[in-house]
Amino acid sequence: MIAKLTPSQTVGPFLAIGLPWPDGPFVVPEGTAGAITLTGRVFDGAGDPVTDALVETWQADPDGRFAHPDDPRGAAGHGFRGFGRCPTGPDGSYRIVTLKPGPLPGPDGETEAPHLDVSVFARGLLDRVVTRVYFPDEGQANEADPVLASIDPARAATLIAAADPDAPGLLRFDIHLQGDQETVFFDV
Amino acid sequence: MAVPAPTPPPRPSHPPESGSGLDVTPYERPSGVHPPLDFADYRSTALRAPHQPLVLLPHRLTEITGPLLGAERVTAADADLTAQHEGEPQGQRIIVSGRVLDTGGRPVPDTLIEIWQPNAGGRYRHVVDDHPAPLDPNFTGVGRCVTDSGGRYRFVTIKPGSYPWRNHPNAWRPAHIHFSLFGRAFAQRLVTQMFFPGDPLFFQDPIFNSVPEAARDRLISRFDLGLTVPEWALGYAWDIVLRGRGATFFERQDGHR
Repeated sequence: MIAKLTPSQTVGPFLAIGLPWPDGPFVVPEGTAGAITLTGRVFDGAGDPVTDALVETWQADPDGRFAHPDDPRGAAGHGFRGFGRCPTGPDGSYRIVTLKPGPLPGPDGETEAPHLDVSVFARGLLDRVVTRVYFPDEGQANEADPVLASIDPARAATLIAAADPDAPGLLRFDIHLQGDQETVFFDV
Repeated sequence: MAVPAPTPPPRPSHPPESGSGLDVTPYERPSGVHPPLDFADYRSTALRAPHQPLVLLPHRLTEITGPLLGAERVTAADADLTAQHEGEPQGQRIIVSGRVLDTGGRPVPDTLIEIWQPNAGGRYRHVVDDHPAPLDPNFTGVGRCVTDSGGRYRFVTIKPGSYPWRNHPNAWRPAHIHFSLFGRAFAQRLVTQMFFPGDPLFFQDPIFNSVPEAARDRLISRFDLGLTVPEWALGYAWDIVLRGRGATFFERQDGHR
């Protein structure tokens, strides 16, 4: 190691003055053909909503490609931002409008099921916590996903978003920082 | 910290593996640097830090890529927090400047940095901040910039004040500026705080002291007469180091935090 890594610190209670963007929740503009809405609430260990968090998402495009030069297949040549950012509201809710990502090839020939990587920042979190959102209509792909396979089956369900039969294109994904339903968080 | 001359980006250190042949060189997994999530002295962790152990996530495509947000999100004016209103803000005008590097010493160019801070009296322009210090009509406390080709950044702002909080009796935060960085991969994302040298409040601040002792001084900027603009503003230097890629730079390889 030549330069020494800078430690993380909490975003604190006042991130709302610095980090939200007007277009943050819109990975694609609302009304884009095929757009999905990912929404949910963030809860603490007492079951109370976390009203001062920031939820960020990162994902591949619908073809499973990234507009990024470090994608070893080469950068996808399009403007899909892939990144969403939404502060939580007074009820602890966030909302991201995006496109469903495609499956991804892995280095050992495996296939990752469609997913989004999610970071949660908040007062009381000295570092971000990271989780993943998987899709409820991808049962077979989820079965074969190497990350889901590495998780205690009793807890893996915390990573599958819930479809709403009354609202096509709406996916619910609550994040429980602690408690009986604690979401699986990753060491990235 | 001494900054070595930049070295060329590393080539993938191993040949493509079997299967798809995708090369996915991971980022380092440091230990002994970041604070633990569960840190009782900082009371807000009690109901928010996860209780279950974190699950190791090997780096694959989603983790080695990340949003490349840059120039389209900022204007040159965003880097001068003293020039965002009709008048100038109260307080000590300062320059905060340095480089964004990875642990291999390589500059991280074209990457978005976002900062936010309270005013000279220690008050944030936020509805939840009830510290009875005046707001400054000429200070918002929010800045953005993008690093140049050498990874350099530079902000003009005012020195933030310390402020009381209710974590423990007579608790005060050392003066600090919040920094948010993306790097070029999801694995490099970092939100942190920059402090000022010689602050008398360090000893009683659980957020600063949540960092393992050996790494705490990495959060403290250095007064730099060379950055100081005569008869105008004091200069503070602070380099920010993100995780490097490839096995050469691992601090430890056991994956524990």
